[in-house]
Amino acid sequence: MPKLDSRNKLSKGFDVRLICYYLALVFIGWITIYSTCYIPDGSTPIFDFGQPYSKQMLWIGTSIVLATVILLIDSGIIQHYAYFFYLFCLLLMILVLFIGAEINGAKSWIKIGGFSLQPTEFMKVATALAMAKFMQEGKTANERRHVWIGQFALILIPVVVVMLQHDAGSALVFTSFIILFYREGLSAEFLLLCIIAAILTIVTLAFNETYSLALITAVFIGFMIANRTQKKKIHRNVIIYIVSIVFVFSVEFLYEHGFEPHQKQRIDTILGKTSDPLGADFNLNQSKIAIGSGGLFGKGYLKGTQTKLKFVPEQSTDFIFCAIGEEWGFFGTIVVFSLYGALIFRILKLSEKQRNPFVRYYGYGIAGIFIVHFFINIGMTIGLLPIIGIPLPFISYGGSSLWAFTMMLFCFIKLNDN
Amino acid sequence: MSQDNSNRYYIILITLGLLFAIYTVSLFKLQVLDKSYKRKANENAIREKTIHPARGFIYDRNDSLLVYNDAAYDLMLVPNELRPFDTMELCRVLGLEIEEVRKKIEKAAKYSGSVPSLFKQQISKEDYGYLQEKMSEFPGFFVQERTLRTYPQPIAAHILGYVSEVDEQDVENDSYYKMGDYIGKSGIEKAYEPILRGIKGKQKVLVDVHNREVGPFNNGDEDVMAVPGTSIWSTLDMQLQRYGEELMAGKRGAIVAIEPKTGEILCLVSSPNYDPNLLVGTARPKNYGKLVTDPEKPLFNRALQAAYPPGSTFKLANGLIALQDNIINTSSVYSCSGGGYHIGSHVVHCHNCGGLNIYSAIQRSCNTFFCRAYYNILSNRKKYKNIDEAYTAWLDYMSSMGFLKQYETDLPYELKGRIPSAEYFDKKYNNSWNGNTVVSMGIGQGEAAVTPLQMANMLAVIANKGYYIRPHVVRAIGHRDSLNTQFSNKIYSKIEPRHFETVLQGMKQVITAGTGRGAQIPGIELAGKTGTAQNPHGRDHSVFALIAPANDPQIVIFCLVENGGFGATVACPIASLMAEFYLNRKVERKDLETRMKELIIK
Repeated sequence: MPKLDSRNKLSKGFDVRLICYYLALVFIGWITIYSTCYIPDGSTPIFDFGQPYSKQMLWIGTSIVLATVILLIDSGIIQHYAYFFYLFCLLLMILVLFIGAEINGAKSWIKIGGFSLQPTEFMKVATALAMAKFMQEGKTANERRHVWIGQFALILIPVVVVMLQHDAGSALVFTSFIILFYREGLSAEFLLLCIIAAILTIVTLAFNETYSLALITAVFIGFMIANRTQKKKIHRNVIIYIVSIVFVFSVEFLYEHGFEPHQKQRIDTILGKTSDPLGADFNLNQSKIAIGSGGLFGKGYLKGTQTKLKFVPEQSTDFIFCAIGEEWGFFGTIVVFSLYGALIFRILKLSEKQRNPFVRYYGYGIAGIFIVHFFINIGMTIGLLPIIGIPLPFISYGGSSLWAFTMMLFCFIKLNDN
Repeated sequence: MSQDNSNRYYIILITLGLLFAIYTVSLFKLQVLDKSYKRKANENAIREKTIHPARGFIYDRNDSLLVYNDAAYDLMLVPNELRPFDTMELCRVLGLEIEEVRKKIEKAAKYSGSVPSLFKQQISKEDYGYLQEKMSEFPGFFVQERTLRTYPQPIAAHILGYVSEVDEQDVENDSYYKMGDYIGKSGIEKAYEPILRGIKGKQKVLVDVHNREVGPFNNGDEDVMAVPGTSIWSTLDMQLQRYGEELMAGKRGAIVAIEPKTGEILCLVSSPNYDPNLLVGTARPKNYGKLVTDPEKPLFNRALQAAYPPGSTFKLANGLIALQDNIINTSSVYSCSGGGYHIGSHVVHCHNCGGLNIYSAIQRSCNTFFCRAYYNILSNRKKYKNIDEAYTAWLDYMSSMGFLKQYETDLPYELKGRIPSAEYFDKKYNNSWNGNTVVSMGIGQGEAAVTPLQMANMLAVIANKGYYIRPHVVRAIGHRDSLNTQFSNKIYSKIEPRHFETVLQGMKQVITAGTGRGAQIPGIELAGKTGTAQNPHGRDHSVFALIAPANDPQIVIFCLVENGGFGATVACPIASLMAEFYLNRKVERKDLETRMKELIIK
């Protein structure tokens, strides 16, 4: 049972800046959601619970209650129940596989009455907490090997379940823990391998495996010539060469069999393989038009045409950044960038200063999650990344994501205070 | 271990900062540097619609509606907004072949990608309703409301003219027009196009992603209202026009009636004619093709564009000139005997009328009298040095009575008529010709050819005793009392007024005791002249000229029925019935009316 910590008052040194950034982003989110639903003839009452903006007000209210509760409970409880929370969310996610409702091709929602709950959102914060706890406990040096396996498993299990729900976007979010691992000593060579793998993946998909194989072979021959006197390195090169070739074919195989046709099309679009402005990349094109037409100062609040006339899909959720870009222009998008930048840098800075490693692990974990959400979401709206449906934290419409991100942030604020 | 890796904190910060920088630059490029997205956004969401003004109505002189508008719906296409759609469904609804649809799209795309093009005009109300509901399935298409000309009476097609889609030439000449617009192509529709068409309006509407219009752009602040076209009151008397067309049914020819005091054309019948409703809407091309190839040439406006030998009605003009040139006076007598007028071995036949003065010469239409008078005009060496001068002076008189010219008012395509010049005869007869060479023109035969409109105008000169007002068909613009004064100046002939009294007296005798007795209307004194125009291609044309009432002319009527034979048999009763109808608003002589209506002359 959570015990209220009577000595901890709300005013006692919680990081006010983070709370301010949070409130600002949530406010921007709400007015933007209102704008996307706004109809110019005046029939847009503020309270209409059939409308997303009124529902969002409900989510904001309950989130603030949730945040207050988190700030009032004993921070030990958060740490104590980390695994329990992780397992609970995992069970919910597995439950979704059987009783879940399908929305936009992803079976990741539990319908309760008129509301839908997306356990995946909560899984992110749960994983961050569990990961922090696990890393703190497994710190004894003689068990390092097992620690790495455990960390890997903590991530892999939810990723597998999410993939089973056909929610590739959320699965991608779990890669964010690489930032935490890097901070905590993941070898740079491993990261380099990841980057090489990413390059090979892109080349394979953008062109075809022949190009990748040619590239690998060229590099391999180069190294073989450079290392021709060092027998040991020649062995290593041959192994890397073979692994690379296997990797390329695996990517090709995964792409052909592991993705839905619409996902493949999106990937093709971003890689420039198809150019059909009225077909596959319609959404991306419209999204860019909406943001691009905003200019320096935007068209003015409630005056966006592209978002209001529904040229942009999912404009209150995944594509909400379009509405901001269109109505507030470059100026508005920079404000949002600054708020996110400040939030993320603040979390990183506070984490770095923390003496308690648990809090640092947790801080880096959630900073990574925010970073991935932010860059993937914005990147897809401006055409830097393929369209991957994940929300913009605190701004996108949706109860599950707002609650989960609120929990994520306020757990940190609470933990940081101790 | 954490201490070892604390420098990684900075690597993470720098990487993150770089990412933010890349994103900011991308956004700056997208939002600030690249202006194309603004344009694309407008193309996306704002549809500029042209509001076509209602075309002005056309009334007759008594406020009866001759032309008004009916609603029609055009399917428009913006090629840039086109996305794959159910082509078969569209073909089914519109009744088009798939190949046609493809061609139309290609043509529209060639014209402009972003400007709406006409895809199919005048779709039915049912198709309109159906398409309006399913518009979201046909992105790039939209329906535009338009108006179509409608004629409550199937009459006066030649004068009213027709409206059709602009051609490339029209668009080039006047930037007001865009492809798919309509323009008056003939008749009043053409002459008064700038007044009738009004001013187009512009409307910007917001269109959502499903191609549905959701409301005005910017509260409609940038919209421009259309100004409806101005209505026009024609000089035509709708009932008289209809009556004339009924009388001329089954015959070829023309009737022109003018109010002499004003030059207003009361009716202008050209037969055969056609229902103006045939040249409206989608049926137009098909019907137009039929009319063009019809051997009866219904599109041909005989009243203005056909030149006929005027026949004996021309004697009136020659009598006036003879009087003016003092060749004859009211007591001069010429004798008609020996079977006619003899020129060597050639004889212009007549009926041995005996001694005649000008009155009885008109009354009996004596060829001998007018040949002699005409010869004497041209042989008047006291006044004119030679034949050339005399003949040119005669042409001058003729032209002062309105022959040999186009009136250039609001009538479509008038013919000038043909009366050869002195040079023509100089050349033809090698400078050796005299009055007798061309004497047949003295009685309206030979080389002279004039239009029915010119003949009617000559009658107006006689009725007005010396002047005419150029014949025209539009009486008032904008309001029935806002009179069209641009053609109202009087044009005087070179004949003194007193000579008209003389000719009018002769014309009265034509009705009371002469060749035109068949024209008599109880209670109305008339003045008239029969004519029989020799026709080298077949039976003679029947011609009649009428002024009614003789002492206070309200209407002059010239009627010509091709191959009708003697003037007295067909043209005379038709002109008389027209006068009766116009002056009494009813016709008592029902037998005559029926006979004339049922008469068919091929």
